[in-house]
Amino acid sequence: MNPVERILIKGNEAVAFGAVDAGCRCYFGYPITPQNEIPEALSQLLPERGGQFVQAESEVAAVNMLLGAAACGIPAMTSSSGCGISLMQEGISYMAGSHIPGVLVNMQRGGPGLGDIGPSQGDYFQAVKGGGHGDHRNLVLAPSTAQECYDFMFRAFALAFKYTNPVMVLGDAIVGQIKEPVRRVPPSDAVPGEELARLAAPWRMEGYGQRGAGAQPRLLKSVYLAEGALAERNQLLAEKYEAMRSECAWECVDVDDATLVVVAFGSIARIARSTIRRLRAEGHRVGLFRPVTLFPFPSEALRSLLPGRRFLVMEQNLGQMVEDVRQALFGMPHVTSDTVKWHGIMPGLFINADELREPMMQSLKEVR
Amino acid sequence: MPEEYRDVIIAGFGGQGVMLIGNLLAQAGMEYGLEVSFIPVYGAEMRGGTANCTVVLDKHPIGSPLVREPLSTIILNEPSLDKFQPRLSHGGVQVVNASLINKSLVDSDKQTVFIPANDMAHELGNGKLVNMVALGAWLKATRALPLSVVQDALHRVVNVHYAKLIPVNARALEVGYNFA
Repeated sequence: MNPVERILIKGNEAVAFGAVDAGCRCYFGYPITPQNEIPEALSQLLPERGGQFVQAESEVAAVNMLLGAAACGIPAMTSSSGCGISLMQEGISYMAGSHIPGVLVNMQRGGPGLGDIGPSQGDYFQAVKGGGHGDHRNLVLAPSTAQECYDFMFRAFALAFKYTNPVMVLGDAIVGQIKEPVRRVPPSDAVPGEELARLAAPWRMEGYGQRGAGAQPRLLKSVYLAEGALAERNQLLAEKYEAMRSECAWECVDVDDATLVVVAFGSIARIARSTIRRLRAEGHRVGLFRPVTLFPFPSEALRSLLPGRRFLVMEQNLGQMVEDVRQALFGMPHVTSDTVKWHGIMPGLFINADELREPMMQSLKEVR
Repeated sequence: MPEEYRDVIIAGFGGQGVMLIGNLLAQAGMEYGLEVSFIPVYGAEMRGGTANCTVVLDKHPIGSPLVREPLSTIILNEPSLDKFQPRLSHGGVQVVNASLINKSLVDSDKQTVFIPANDMAHELGNGKLVNMVALGAWLKATRALPLSVVQDALHRVVNVHYAKLIPVNARALEVGYNFA
């Protein structure tokens, strides 16, 4: 009946399948719940395809192995959660500063500190504002289904090599642990693995003599001590981050006649979608705006919804994405302190559609 | 919710096969052409701890994979009855394991299939079949999927190493189905 058979797999497994299908050749990581199915699956999938799977001695080691592999132009990745991603920040900053592509998956768990193994969106700031030291940014993709966990791995590798920059796939314990039907077929925007290699050809480390006599040595580095050199480098980075705006992606559901638009990403967005479907059935004019890229944040798309609508940001943290929503709308005509409301869900909780109903109803009353 | 929407919370001790029948139901639903989601909820627990999972079946793409007031439950032990009986939605149905749960604890206002799943599993020659017996009873009570679709899906869910146990698992589903 279906052109491509559906398989029932976890979001974490979908990440692993997506990675190898997108051309990933190396994985380096250290175990942590709730993302262990990613290394579990890749420990089988990568060696079968002639790739490398390394369980590193720590997250610090893993991210530096990723830096090394990616500096050689090899599509490579790591994955972790919460505190493990924190340990990787130094390496991520070095990759950004050295123009090195790498893919990192963060299946967020509750924090701060060791926190718990429940779902959370508490690493939003860390992911979209850089996370490590210096003025660096990661491209950030937020899947909300197992299918998107698969599809977004293609986009992650394509973007990492297009911009020679770290890309983070930011999921959480729900999208990592959920099992759903997935069609294992490359999405329409997939870049073939050979194309990734072609993109890396001008800069990758290949070893002495590999490019023939007279070839100039190559150097990938993040240290620029000469006067003005770092400023020049940061100017390049600034231009790169500006160019990334063209990659903005988002999804709108039922917004056309909506007076209230819920803004949510990842797992919370899909749960909110159930609540919205029920409220719609009762005649309420409520819709959903789901940022798919968190950096770059789809600010213009959000602004285009402005006239006549209010926004309710729902996220599983103490208030992070709401700052980007307010920043996007700041200074626009008719925007007041009432235009954007916020509802937080405590990290660590497994919430459901019923629990989002009351805050949505409250905001709908205020709109009237 | 549209009437084709169904959800179930399956709960019991770790080791009772809660996750296996959750997976089986989701796999069968997918093979039947539905949208499905399965999500496990367990802490840092091992055998003997409590475990539960939620399965949603729908004709439309599934939003929330988690539910507060389930339309149905499969309850394999007493702590799970304490936790989920009060949450069962109005008009919902619960399949309760009579072998391990005292009938006095079952709320008479709730539509209940009270089935001695452990005893029936032992009669089949394998006490581990308690989960399949209970799922069979649930299939009859909810008419969510044809029994044969679920029996057939065993071939995709049971590890090839245990393939020889598929016929008796299929039989346990049928025995549970015919009880209700």
